[in-house]
Amino acid sequence: MNSSVIGKFAEDAVNFLFQQFRGGFDAFSAALGAVVKLLEDGLAAVPFVAMLVILMALAFWRRGVFFSVFVGLALLVIQYMGLWAQTVSTLALVIAATVFSLVIGVPLGIWGARNKRVEMILRSLLDFMQTMPAFVYLIPAVILFGLGRVPAVIATIVFAMPPVVRLTTLGIRQVREELLEAGRAFGSTDAQLLWKIQLPNALPSIMAGVNQTIMMALSMVVVASMIGAGGLGEYVLSGIQRLDIGIGFEGGLGVVLLAIVLDRLTESFGVKARKTKRVSRAAKAGANGVART
Amino acid sequence: MTPNLTFAPEDVVHPGAIAEAVASAAKPVAATGTDILTVRNLSKIFGPKPERAAELMKQGLGRNEIFEQTGNMVAVNDVSLSVKAGEIFVVMGLSGSGKSTLVRLLNRLIEPTSGQVILEGRDIAPMSTPELRGVRRKKMAMVFQSFALLPNRTVLDNIAYGLEVAGLKKAERYEVARAALTRLGLGSYERLLPSELSGGMQQRVGLARALAVNPSVLLMDEAFSALDPLIRFEMQNELLRLQKEEQRTIVFISHDIEEAIKIGGRIGIMKDGCLIQVGTPAELIQSPADAYVRDFFRNVDVSRFLKASSLMTGVDRGRISCDVATPSERYLNQLIDSGVECGYVCDESGRYQGCVTPASLHKTGKRPVREALLGDVNAVPLDADLHQLAAIALSQEHDVPVTDAAGQLAGVVSCRTILKQVMERRAA
Repeated sequence: MNSSVIGKFAEDAVNFLFQQFRGGFDAFSAALGAVVKLLEDGLAAVPFVAMLVILMALAFWRRGVFFSVFVGLALLVIQYMGLWAQTVSTLALVIAATVFSLVIGVPLGIWGARNKRVEMILRSLLDFMQTMPAFVYLIPAVILFGLGRVPAVIATIVFAMPPVVRLTTLGIRQVREELLEAGRAFGSTDAQLLWKIQLPNALPSIMAGVNQTIMMALSMVVVASMIGAGGLGEYVLSGIQRLDIGIGFEGGLGVVLLAIVLDRLTESFGVKARKTKRVSRAAKAGANGVART
Repeated sequence: MTPNLTFAPEDVVHPGAIAEAVASAAKPVAATGTDILTVRNLSKIFGPKPERAAELMKQGLGRNEIFEQTGNMVAVNDVSLSVKAGEIFVVMGLSGSGKSTLVRLLNRLIEPTSGQVILEGRDIAPMSTPELRGVRRKKMAMVFQSFALLPNRTVLDNIAYGLEVAGLKKAERYEVARAALTRLGLGSYERLLPSELSGGMQQRVGLARALAVNPSVLLMDEAFSALDPLIRFEMQNELLRLQKEEQRTIVFISHDIEEAIKIGGRIGIMKDGCLIQVGTPAELIQSPADAYVRDFFRNVDVSRFLKASSLMTGVDRGRISCDVATPSERYLNQLIDSGVECGYVCDESGRYQGCVTPASLHKTGKRPVREALLGDVNAVPLDADLHQLAAIALSQEHDVPVTDAAGQLAGVVSCRTILKQVMERRAA
């Protein structure tokens, strides 16, 4: 099976990049690899029981008793299946990919919100990134960075970044015009407008983007097991290769449980965070006197 | 007290002194009555080819014709006005008349197409961005129709916003903000979020935020229009109370004539982007420039602008000039001969003493005129309005005497005149 001119062009482009910037890719690869390794070793160093307590406490603080119990059970199930090490490894990859996605994606989103032309270019680029089948990223990632965690993280970043860029742009665009007008009327600089008005008011939308990015990163990390990402994905992959329903199901269940925990936790930092704060404040004010006239 | 306080970070002002200045309310920037804000030939044209539209505008073409020919919208057309220090200048107009655009041209939230905005002697229109920012931080603050409070900040942080962007330290800006908070009766709400307040309270926060920067000119864009009638009434009174405490220069945009009359020292009326008449409420009512201006007052109770001075007639036959110590009967025949129901007694210097009737003079007889004066006839000052006149007329049997500031009898308003005016107001 041979590719046409279009495919040849893509191939040439990747080869060109590889030959021209080999040193750069190697350095970047080393740096990224070190970060991921550090993160994974750090997480792995925490004993299971300690992690259980920390996550359950976090779950209780953000959402309450019910979710805390669920988190405890989920972790125990994973531990019982003997998948804790793999889960930690996957979590490390997800965190690394998410952090890089945010570091690149949020500024891009802000830029897009401030400049119509940038937004137009970004939008088509993001559409491309999101609709291209996830597996396709694995090929150039392997050519440029070899096998292992680093190309997996890079492919994951490319795949997981679009939501946070989009939702950052959207969130900033949706800040009410009158708030910007008030900001300007009181003499805000552009930077003050961004930090004091646009970003705080776009936060719920940005947090929704972060949540989406984490979910997509998790799904991609599993796919990236094909190029040696390790973790839960590798377990699932071995289930496929051996046509072993049991192994496949256990790996898959681990991914699902991890996904639910991450999703509910990050979601609570978005809109929910503001709501609970508001309720407690109102309750406090109610005790002091009448809040409404 | 420090005159002309500025909140630049480099200024070393004791925080207590700032708060005190805000609380005790003094901004003697310019003497009351001098022009503090002058607008000259200010225009704003929205659209693709403002130059061409400006030319047509000079030729005197109307707004619609210019739009049809060029696709440009003339929002503000060659407006000139001046606002005196310490006055509330109301810009009135129907929606689409350009009043909201006009107020945004003053602090350049919208860039003027041409013209000058001179605040305290400096033209704002050509200013660089940093200079303009300085003006916005220290000289001009704005209150918005939609409140425009930052939903993620507490009441206190909202009020302190202007000071925060100007670079004031947290402790200093909170001190000033708390002083503004207290002045507007928001003391216990400082930790709440705007969404937890009612509309009226939110706009108090908006007003406090603007006052916290101690601006030379306060711009209020339909500030009370979004409020319920009762709350709006309350806020208008609040504004007047604050204005009594300290004379601040305010440009107030409104589409509500009642509001304009109530709070405005002078009113400017806008129509299709042009300022067509400026004057006090009484001036606009008595001599409206055109039907558009007159229509504004159609449903307004203008009786309070009908003054005793314009309704009274002179007293010639009924006037009795005498020493109140002389015997009453001496004047009885004079009064009967003049054929009036009652006489108005003035002393030698013309000061009004009271009212007598033939019956009261006859009854007093040889005793002094002083004793013949009727106890229940009260005089009103020259600026008494129709309501006051009607109230007085109801409480007594006779026509209402009017006295000037020196106590001299200036004239009389007959009960018939009062009745007639009241009926006419009803008919209108």
